[in-house]
Amino acid sequence: MRPYLIRKLISLLPVLLGISLLAFVLGAMTPGNPAELALSRGGYEPTARQIAEMEEKMGLNEPRPMQYLQWAGRVLKGDLGTSYYSGNPVSRELMRRFPVTLKLAACSMALTVFLGIGLGTAAAARQGKLTDRIIGTVINIQLSLPAFWLALLMILLFAETLRWLPTSGNGGLRYMLMPSLVLSASGSAVTARLTRSALLEELGKQYCTAAMARGIGRWRLVVRNALPNAAVPVTAMLGNSLGGMLGGSIVVESVFALPGIGSYALTAVANRDYPALQGYVLLTGAVYVLSGLLADIIGMALNPRIRPEGKKV
Amino acid sequence: MKKYSFKLIFSSALLVAIVLSGLLAPLIAPYDPNAIDMSAKLQGFSCAHPLGTDALGRDMLSRALYGGRASILLGLSATALSMAFGLIVGMIGGYFGGAADAAAAVLANIFRGIPGTCFMVAIAGILGPGIPNLLLALFLTGWAGFSRIVRTETLRIREEGYVEGLKALGAGPFCLLGKHIFPNMLPRIIVLFTARAGRCVLSLASLSYLGLGVRPPAPDWSVMISDARLDYRSAPHLILVPGLCIFLLLFALNLLGDALRDQFDVKSGEVKEF
Repeated sequence: MRPYLIRKLISLLPVLLGISLLAFVLGAMTPGNPAELALSRGGYEPTARQIAEMEEKMGLNEPRPMQYLQWAGRVLKGDLGTSYYSGNPVSRELMRRFPVTLKLAACSMALTVFLGIGLGTAAAARQGKLTDRIIGTVINIQLSLPAFWLALLMILLFAETLRWLPTSGNGGLRYMLMPSLVLSASGSAVTARLTRSALLEELGKQYCTAAMARGIGRWRLVVRNALPNAAVPVTAMLGNSLGGMLGGSIVVESVFALPGIGSYALTAVANRDYPALQGYVLLTGAVYVLSGLLADIIGMALNPRIRPEGKKV
Repeated sequence: MKKYSFKLIFSSALLVAIVLSGLLAPLIAPYDPNAIDMSAKLQGFSCAHPLGTDALGRDMLSRALYGGRASILLGLSATALSMAFGLIVGMIGGYFGGAADAAAAVLANIFRGIPGTCFMVAIAGILGPGIPNLLLALFLTGWAGFSRIVRTETLRIREEGYVEGLKALGAGPFCLLGKHIFPNMLPRIIVLFTARAGRCVLSLASLSYLGLGVRPPAPDWSVMISDARLDYRSAPHLILVPGLCIFLLLFALNLLGDALRDQFDVKSGEVKEF
């Protein structure tokens, strides 16, 4: 397992490098002079001389590749620059807000796993029957609901009409229920669909036919025999669905007024706070790539038969 | 050819109806979608305004009819654009292999390494909202997924016997790619296109809701919902009407993708996963 992990880590390096390059290019594409933007916080109008000094200080007179190297060096030390808007270090602001998004993502991931695998298993166990058809339709409905609309509808129903749940804000689990349900809607649908097809593929194999011939019940066969083997593609997909959650959290955090990194990115857009946006892209990219790696490791732990590229581990 | 399923007919009919009502909006809309009439604001359903009016007294039916035009047009063109690029990169990379293929794979991995919506918000935020920037954002986040799937497919078809045979008969690589490999992928490509178009419309809707896509006062479904954020508690029809429109469009696209998948009997895990 270890050589495989090392190879995998090495293959991730160019991706991480590329993400940092993309974030840098995004920053470099910003309209206007970064030095002037950094100085003109709060309506202050800097003089030409101040701008020139700031340009020197920020290294803007260097050639672009040099700028990238200097910037990447600072990023590696954890310095993501200073927010144009608040004047605070971007890394500190992101880290302060990251736990909120993490909590939201964790709740949504739990719901996605539970709902997705549950629905997918039920659909596979009752393949072709009414239950399967209903679940198929539910999946299509989940995939067709825009998150912001679903969120507003839920607020209308559960908070305004029934008064069961708080409308918005950050707090205990009660505050997380609606946001994480909204955020997990599409992910759990995709998971359910993949679980179903992976299970059906397993059920077509000989060991399942043999088990069925011995008179094992359909549900028991699906849950005990087929599900562990179908878990590998599903875990890989769950790792990928975290990306969708990080993206979706922008909308969800905005509707439910949660102070996470998604709403931070939106504020940054409104304030033309480019270093903050750059930091946001870097952070979400890194988290996404690492979660893919984690899903890989979990997949291997679940199914030790995986031999990367046909070699013995 | 197999018999057309109910799903296929239903979803295509729904899709055609939505597209037609958008196309014919200038002819059938009872009011100008942007005509403000403060004396008739926030009305419910009535004969004069079948779907009521919004906070500025604009007719909801007219706005709903116009509301899909931008999303459908932008969603389809962005999908087509990213698909065309993904196809070229994937087919050439998959067929020829070598250093160019490796470079393309790394590039695709990088673009797949950043969560799509995060990247789109960053692009729209830095370049500013606007149609070309929106297209760019959707294109940049979309092509990598296509190219990966097309590449795998090309690799698979390249090894088939008939390709080998055609090669022996002296067929050149581009003739093979264009005339033989591409048509064999076409069913999968069509299924992918519908699935991706739905996602594209959905991302576009989210961006427009956040104020980074189609801008008010343009009559757009997401903009209508975004505009109603202050009044929807007292006048739920403000979000119900446009929301149902987006939902029906996406539902038709998803159902169509499903039906086409059954019709073509596409069984590849890659496509299912997408």
